Amino acid sequence: MAAKKPEFETPVIDHDQLVPALARGALQHSQPFVAKPEIQEGIGFPGELVDNWQRVAVDKLGELVGKSRGLQVYLDSCVKCGACTDKCHYFLGTGDPNNMPVARQDLLRKVYRRYYTLPGKYLPWLVGAQDMTEEVLDEWYRYFHQCSQCRRCSVYCPYGIDTAEVSMAAREIMDTVGKGQKYCNEIIGKVHKLGNNLGLPEPALADTLEGLEEDVEEETGVSVAFPLDVKGADVLLVTPSADFFAEPHIDGLIGYAKVFHQAGLSWTISSHASEAANFGLFIGSYDNMQKVALRIREAALELGVKRIVFGECGHAWRVAYSFLNTLAGPFDFLDPRYPVPQHIIEVTHDLMKRGALTLDAEANDDKRVTFHDSCNVARASRMGNHAGGQFSLPREVISSVCNHYYDMPANTIGEATFCCGGGGGLLTDDLVELRVKGAMPRMQAFSEVTERHGITHLAAICAICKSQFSKVLPYYGFEMDQVVSVHQLVGDALQLGSPE
Amino acid sequence: MSVLISGLLYAAIAVFLIGTGLKIARYARTPAPLKIPTMPAPLTRAGVALRMLREVVLFESLFKASRWTWLFGWLFHAGLLLALLTHLRYFTEPVWWWVALIAPLGPYAGMAMVIGLCGLLGRRLLVDRVRYISAPSDFLMLLLLLGIAGSGLVMRYVAHTDIVALKQFALGLAALAPAQLPGSVVLLAHLALVALLLLIFPFSKLLHAPGMFFSPSRNQVDNSREVRHVNVWSPRSALEKGADRAGDNGS
Ligand code: SF4
Ligand code: SF4
Repeated sequence: MAAKKPEFETPVIDHDQLVPALARGALQHSQPFVAKPEIQEGIGFPGELVDNWQRVAVDKLGELVGKSRGLQVYLDSCVKCGACTDKCHYFLGTGDPNNMPVARQDLLRKVYRRYYTLPGKYLPWLVGAQDMTEEVLDEWYRYFHQCSQCRRCSVYCPYGIDTAEVSMAAREIMDTVGKGQKYCNEIIGKVHKLGNNLGLPEPALADTLEGLEEDVEEETGVSVAFPLDVKGADVLLVTPSADFFAEPHIDGLIGYAKVFHQAGLSWTISSHASEAANFGLFIGSYDNMQKVALRIREAALELGVKRIVFGECGHAWRVAYSFLNTLAGPFDFLDPRYPVPQHIIEVTHDLMKRGALTLDAEANDDKRVTFHDSCNVARASRMGNHAGGQFSLPREVISSVCNHYYDMPANTIGEATFCCGGGGGLLTDDLVELRVKGAMPRMQAFSEVTERHGITHLAAICAICKSQFSKVLPYYGFEMDQVVSVHQLVGDALQLGSPE
Repeated sequence: MSVLISGLLYAAIAVFLIGTGLKIARYARTPAPLKIPTMPAPLTRAGVALRMLREVVLFESLFKASRWTWLFGWLFHAGLLLALLTHLRYFTEPVWWWVALIAPLGPYAGMAMVIGLCGLLGRRLLVDRVRYISAPSDFLMLLLLLGIAGSGLVMRYVAHTDIVALKQFALGLAALAPAQLPGSVVLLAHLALVALLLLIFPFSKLLHAPGMFFSPSRNQVDNSREVRHVNVWSPRSALEKGADRAGDNGS
């Protein structure tokens, strides 16, 4: 399995946007590598399948249902109306019926019904209830790793049933019985140990930042600082570690630094919390998610900052915006004049509005840009002070630094945005077929706006989206470097030398 | 027969009330560990009330998702509500004025239900995606509801029932002193099916009715930065004595 390069066909883009016919088992073969015992044990789970795992799994399900009103309501309330069936990008890209959100939920619901509902106990055939068996566990492992937890289905469900919550619960149960996913769990282990997903130790990080200072000075003639572990700085920047080395992420980081530089804000990165990402979310593990989140609180306290600002990352912004206060708050030791935390887009937007940034949009005249709403920003968090600010703020920022901006079709952006195909802990090479196929709806929309408006660049505000697009764009006949960070556009338009 | 059907109805009502009540109590008691409203979400409680109202009255999300399902689903539910209200004329003496006012709409309510249910059944049979996700119980549920609406319409248009005697029975039932039930097979079937519906309510997907009010994706306020939402079972909450517990746990 590991050695063979997957053979598959990239979906053909069809602008009539037909819902695919059911193709049973079309992606049955797709599953991520299983975590090795030491990885599992490193984050508090059994190394391999425990003896009485069926019982453990069923008990864990009961525990989770008792701890989460959402999960319980979601498992009870689905009426099988089918409204969500054509809303998932993985279904649209593969036709595999188990990728219809309700069918995915049913993989878990049938076990819930069997053990925790009256009809499921006595008349399982009537309500589609099923025992917890090896086949079921295997199906879970495959199809709950074909959900990017993007929440698109929950927008359309009459009861807001959120398949993301169901797949998080399933992954937590699988971890509890000893069957975890290598990619996510290995990364969480690294964050616990070294402070970031890459396992980048402090000296390497310091080196990287120093190198960036030199690069920027060489290019612009201005000395822009990339401070690390500076006590007493005003702003703690927490950003995905991909921003330190990956393309096009790094140009986004340069953009943040230029913004801070011109606004005269004192800021710092922390080596203790040198990672915004929090993969604890993806595996539904509250403990791991909280542990990862607490590093940020510790870093803020240790460095004595006044504000916490997050860089461009989708799920990290969800955990930051929606959960950080719960997981690691209260943050009453920070400056109460600013929301905790803030998104870098909010900071830049605010500075722009106050005229604190000198911008020349002509610097981006070689680009015609569209913007990809990341699912976790769009449907799981907010920016600014009004509902929907997560859509308007980034667009206002881009439009201020770019003369040619065009949206993708309305039913593929905003709350209806399609996932990039690589979110939710699926950004790994062992899932490439899934990632390429799941990107189809987004690529379809991108190609439409490209044909209509001659778009050259796809701007994104999420580290995962950026990596995923770099990977999948070529499959659809585009160039990998058509993805840009929003703050790259900002950084390029900023006139650094000009008087303040 | 009257005794039997009265007993069945009482039992069904008891199961319905107790079962659903327990479920609701459990929903209310179960913690909501994190803020997970589907965004964009309202920033105030009033806004959330409005969002819920739009969901309950207009089926807003379903409208966004699928126009046909929305149309049939909404027709059925609107018909059901109207039918329930017009049935109050059997249980009130004198009949409340507004019940008397809408009473003539009863048959239309029944027809709306039948049309809606047939549409939903058609989708379940013909759309391959919906057929794939349907268990036997999903078909039976629609047939049960069709049986109820259909038997009601039959009594109206085909096999007329003795309305005066029926009202005596209904009033008696409400007063816990059941009278003689008019001898009508269709009526018996109608009542038995209603009893069955009430019996299965707390154990089936019919729980979507109370459930939707507890759905965190719809009933939570978007204010996580301003008001600290506390997770009661967080390992940290023991250390959080000073934390703002007055915040909202759930909405
Ligand atoms: S959360 Fe997203 S990926 Fe998961 S089932 Fe729903 S639409 Fe599909
Ligand atoms: S839209 Fe909601 S209720 Fe309808 S089938 Fe999907 S999950 Fe179930």
